[in-house]
Amino acid sequence: MALTDTPVPTAKPRAAHRTEAPWVRWSLIFLMMAFLVLILILPLITVFSEAFNNGISVYLDAITEPDAWAAIRLTLTVAAIAVPLNTIFGVAAAWAISKFRFRGKQVLVTLIDLPFAISPVISGLIFVLLFGSHGLFGPWLSEHGFKVIFALPGIVLATIFITFPFVARELVPIMQAQGNQEEEAAVSMGAGGWRIFWKVTLPNIKWGLLYGIILCNARAMGEFGAVSVVSGHIRGQTNTMPLHIEILYNEYQFTASFAVASLLVLLALVTLAVKSIVEWQQRKAETHGG
Amino acid sequence: MFKRWKEESILPGFGLSMGYTLLYLSLIVLLPLVGLMIKSMELSWGEFWAIVTAPRVLSAYRVSIGTALFAALANVGIGLLTAWVLVRYPFPGKRFIDGLIDLPFALPTAVAGISLTTIYAKSGIVGGFLDQFGIKAAFSQLGITIALIFIGLPFVVRTVQPVLQELDPEVEEAAASLGAGCWRIFRKVIFPELLPALTTGFALAFARGIGEYGSVVFISGNMPMKTEIAPLLIMIKLEQYDYAGATAIALVMLALSFLLLLLINLLQWKFARRFQA
Amino acid sequence: MTMHVTVEGLSKSFGRFPAVKDVHFQIRQGQLVGLLGPSGSGKTTVLRMLAGLETPDAGDIRFHGRRVNHLLPQERGIGLVFQNYALFRHMTVFENIAFGLKVQKRSKEEIKRRVEELLERTGLSGLAHRLPHQLSGGQRQRVAFARALAPEPQLLLLDEPFAAIDAKVRKELRAWLKSMIREVGITSIFVTHDQEEAVEVADEIIIMNQGKVEQQGTPIDIYRNPETVFVAGFIGESTVIENDGRWKGFENPLPGSKALVRPENVEIGTDKDISLPNAAEKGIVTDVIFRGANWLVVVEARDSIITGYRPLDKELLKPGDEVLVLIHRLYEFNDQGMQVRENGAKIDPMPIYI
Repeated sequence: MALTDTPVPTAKPRAAHRTEAPWVRWSLIFLMMAFLVLILILPLITVFSEAFNNGISVYLDAITEPDAWAAIRLTLTVAAIAVPLNTIFGVAAAWAISKFRFRGKQVLVTLIDLPFAISPVISGLIFVLLFGSHGLFGPWLSEHGFKVIFALPGIVLATIFITFPFVARELVPIMQAQGNQEEEAAVSMGAGGWRIFWKVTLPNIKWGLLYGIILCNARAMGEFGAVSVVSGHIRGQTNTMPLHIEILYNEYQFTASFAVASLLVLLALVTLAVKSIVEWQQRKAETHGG
Repeated sequence: MFKRWKEESILPGFGLSMGYTLLYLSLIVLLPLVGLMIKSMELSWGEFWAIVTAPRVLSAYRVSIGTALFAALANVGIGLLTAWVLVRYPFPGKRFIDGLIDLPFALPTAVAGISLTTIYAKSGIVGGFLDQFGIKAAFSQLGITIALIFIGLPFVVRTVQPVLQELDPEVEEAAASLGAGCWRIFRKVIFPELLPALTTGFALAFARGIGEYGSVVFISGNMPMKTEIAPLLIMIKLEQYDYAGATAIALVMLALSFLLLLLINLLQWKFARRFQA
Repeated sequence: MTMHVTVEGLSKSFGRFPAVKDVHFQIRQGQLVGLLGPSGSGKTTVLRMLAGLETPDAGDIRFHGRRVNHLLPQERGIGLVFQNYALFRHMTVFENIAFGLKVQKRSKEEIKRRVEELLERTGLSGLAHRLPHQLSGGQRQRVAFARALAPEPQLLLLDEPFAAIDAKVRKELRAWLKSMIREVGITSIFVTHDQEEAVEVADEIIIMNQGKVEQQGTPIDIYRNPETVFVAGFIGESTVIENDGRWKGFENPLPGSKALVRPENVEIGTDKDISLPNAAEKGIVTDVIFRGANWLVVVEARDSIITGYRPLDKELLKPGDEVLVLIHRLYEFNDQGMQVRENGAKIDPMPIYI
């Protein structure tokens, strides 16, 4: 019998001693809540209150009206093209960056961060300069009957540009934190590249990947500035949902505008919910040992 | 002996992943940027200067940069407060609020734009209240600033939060044992640790605010020389097929963006070095 | 002699976990006391309650007879030294040490004088303008120590101060700390799980286990006269063996008891070099471990495993050797308590009658 080995129930990790008085604490909490209600919650509530201002039937009409429906279809189409392409890019870039050491990595990372630093309007501008009627390839395109700007391809390109960093930025820190050990172990057991990816890496990053895709999708569907530049605003044809919202608003059709907007808000809330789930899963994984 | 540019690794897939990455980046990013450079060279220096220093353009720069600066500064205060409360104080609904911080990040800018305009217009909840004091919120630079505060909030909160979380409680306890009250502990012990993150958050919010379009273009009223922002001016020039004008204005903004990006990277590198364990 | 620190009926639970259960002890002015115990014994919680960083659920803490339960750490006149130094990363060594003095609003000249005095005493004279990350672990801990002492506290509290330091530096630092505290003459309490450290450094040791105080006394006292089974087993290396009367010299055991044996009380040797062969048992060596200062020999005797120390100058033993095992003393214990027993067979078997 070993005397000093009696198992001890572990205490909770302790919180640091707090010096400030309770009234200070509660004042700060109250102040913060006041700011957040004003800045975040009020806009959120406004969208729904305005959308349902004139009742449910008006709301439903606004969403199902032909131009609105066309806008929804277009938005979904653009997302369906842009998001998968950006996901593949994100995975490839995250793999290259987190699993290998090479010169110029910082340059690569900076390039990937680029769309965050550039105004969305400028992002649209650069594609107009390439493919617009007075652009570099403009004459060649119109000769051959291809329309990029003021048509679907332009919108897709601009959306891809704006949203391509999201999956990569989500995956890189996760994969860097997880390290290479599991993959290297798999190599030593003779596994090939694809098997390693599908069986070893993917299960570990699945939650981060999910969030990256959902965020990329939300931003793709909601992109306004860049798409505004390249789309031509042709009602029923080249209007995405955000553009349609703008048109309705400028025509003083506020209720309809907010009705369509509410759909995108729901999407944003779903995105936030997925983020919470992902973080909860990551916390679970950490405490159960990895 | 010349150094290899890549370290040996037993993991496969470098060629494929790097190759695809570079291809994608070249097509999506580098090609358009090169296009921009080529197009901008069609302008002579004199033409460029004339466009960029026109009164309306200068005013647009002032509006964009000025409002972004104020909004980023406001966000430093509000963001610090928010991160502080979220990390250090338990209260009901904290998880929900924490999740909500990313709303400006996930919400389409146009939706934010129309929503904020509705609230701050004279007929809106807050706009009506402010109107009683003669303060015009929507269709003024104040309105733009408010919209940019909304947009920039997550940047400050999310950069400060991890730093606050990693703070060593023992350092604060040591300061307390030496007689320091909570305000002194904050000023002398905690705040210096937060300064790098606050600066980075500020720079990110500022950079984002300068180029912001969707959330601002509704609430600003777009009055030339007063509340017209630079991105809108670019848009207008494009609609008039004045590619040269649009390019010129864009170049100045790009230069500013790159400078800010450089500054952010430099700050992060400098602060990382200073506190090496 | 005045009692500096008095603790009565101290208790604290974290949720359902009772960390400290009804603890009493007293510490005299100027003493250097070690709070010793395994992880989870509650020693750190007791220290934190003394510092005012945790609030007791029950009980009283008095400094010089005055109840201090309600006082904040700022108001208790204490100095704190942590395992991980807790230095202010962005302040120089000078500024770290001066921190408490600035709070006391002392004059610039006075601060300069006192900081330089402390730098001198802690052997950090040339390092005043360095930042913490430019110092070694041992240097950082000395800064932490100087910083805690600067505002002239009444009581010094140290939480595992050497745990994060390299083994070799640790020994030097321990000796240095002991002499430094002597010099300054300040009442000090330090927490440790390392019994060697407690025995070397402290004037008095308070051993804790599972939230309770097991024993308080000088290191020698605790070593020689352990009051509970836990203390007997915690100090030094020991093994537990069956105590059913099988051992020579330990017949008539308490029913239902076991025995605790310390290697320093076990002599293992060949029939040539054992001191009292008639009191010894036969055994077989199963393992021989070199300890630097001696050998630790593991022997199987009478179906039990016993360990004993063997000096380096004696003949080398190896596994498989037949040896004699002489237990000089054991600690017999059952549910009710524990007592020391000397080997009753240790008398000269051949008295010489003239």
